[in-house]
Amino acid sequence: MSYIQLSLWDLAAASLFVLLNGILSLCLSLGIARQLLVAATRMVVQLAIVGAALSFLFATVSLPWTLAWAAAMVAIAGREIAVRPDRRLSGWWGYGLGTAGMAMSAGSLTLVALLGSLQPDPWYDPRYAIPLFGMILGNTMTGVSLAIDTLTSAVLSDRRAIEARIALGADRMAALRPVLQTAVRRGLTPMINAMAVTGLVSLPGMMTGQILAGVPPGEAVRYQLLIMFLIAGATGLGVLLSVLACAWRLTDARHRLRCDRLAL
Amino acid sequence: MTLRVAGLRSDLFGPVDLDLAPGEAVALLGPSGSGKTRILRAIADLDPVEGKVSLDGRDRLTRPGPDWRRQVRYLASDAGWWDERVAGHFRDPGRAAGAARSLGLPDDCMGRPVTQLSTGQLQRLALLRAIEDRPRVLLLDEPTAALDDEAIGRVEALLRGLLADGAALLLVTHSLAQADRLADRRLHLRDGRLAGAPADRAPGR
Repeated sequence: MSYIQLSLWDLAAASLFVLLNGILSLCLSLGIARQLLVAATRMVVQLAIVGAALSFLFATVSLPWTLAWAAAMVAIAGREIAVRPDRRLSGWWGYGLGTAGMAMSAGSLTLVALLGSLQPDPWYDPRYAIPLFGMILGNTMTGVSLAIDTLTSAVLSDRRAIEARIALGADRMAALRPVLQTAVRRGLTPMINAMAVTGLVSLPGMMTGQILAGVPPGEAVRYQLLIMFLIAGATGLGVLLSVLACAWRLTDARHRLRCDRLAL
Repeated sequence: MTLRVAGLRSDLFGPVDLDLAPGEAVALLGPSGSGKTRILRAIADLDPVEGKVSLDGRDRLTRPGPDWRRQVRYLASDAGWWDERVAGHFRDPGRAAGAARSLGLPDDCMGRPVTQLSTGQLQRLALLRAIEDRPRVLLLDEPTAALDDEAIGRVEALLRGLLADGAALLLVTHSLAQADRLADRRLHLRDGRLAGAPADRAPGR
């Protein structure tokens, strides 16, 4: 593989454009110069840390360290899911439910890819496992987060209709079916849209990266397809698991709607 | 058949004790916020509460919640609608259309979108929906609040028919006159507790 190495000077030159944006903001008094600076600095620091950590991970190739890194990714993504909705489940459920659904589906699909299609040696080689898991997890997070957000707000807005069905003797799954469908559909939409326009609007990030690194486009496309299929599978599974679990928690064994289990 | 409520309580009302026999109508009166709706919902097992509720001596916890609610039917004062069309809420829209006519509703109401009907029309349709499968106990929360006098008369006639067929009725109302017309007994709710002995019997119905 051949790729063009970047020096720090190359990066400094490119960063001038961000500075230019900042100056523009000051001249036009847009008031975003500070935010821009903070965001750009965060990005540099975060990526530097990630780069260093990945260098260490790739050099050591240890299962415990790889798992620890994956666990940290799950924790951060779980927090992202928990803070998004207007109304979330109270207590640990708000955090745990989406996180568990997302981690289970993204984890199992990553395992399938590592043991089945890619087969690196060893199977947990972080150079493959971590980026793969990251891409799958990130997309699953978006879907799960949207789906749970949609479910909780739909349950609240359709509460009277749901309770009317329950009062008429419907069980909880029958009463919640319309909102479950809405939530699952909403959770899967970004993934379906992404598949539909992939390559037309912009080249996917991973494929672009591989092409820049010297991989022939045909090979890069194959990798991209593999990733997209994995993302689709993990998102579907994760959305379904977390929506069902959330519906379970929002009702009880007497088939009552329990909006009191949503945090205020 | 007797609906028996014993020691029903939550942090908002109670304890409440209550018996309801077949064909009996009891009016539940009290100021807004005194917990009338809460009590009806609790009897229908829609909210977690403490206390025993049984039908024919059989505790409600011995059967699944949906089974209980098929026998003991709660109708909210502002019941919700889940289908776009009225007909989508009925098992047998054809038969329901006949009953709708007798309540003064338009002939084509079954085919209409729910959003095109008035509050009063929807209130009558919600009542028809609630009695379609002939539950044995009716817990009605202000079922005529949005209706004019003529429609109220039609609804009360329908309820009298159900009582004659052996249904039991617990009725939340703000109208003393309605309580007099329909109920065998009146119960008054103050601060979540019931007052009103069986001696407080209204004349006839």
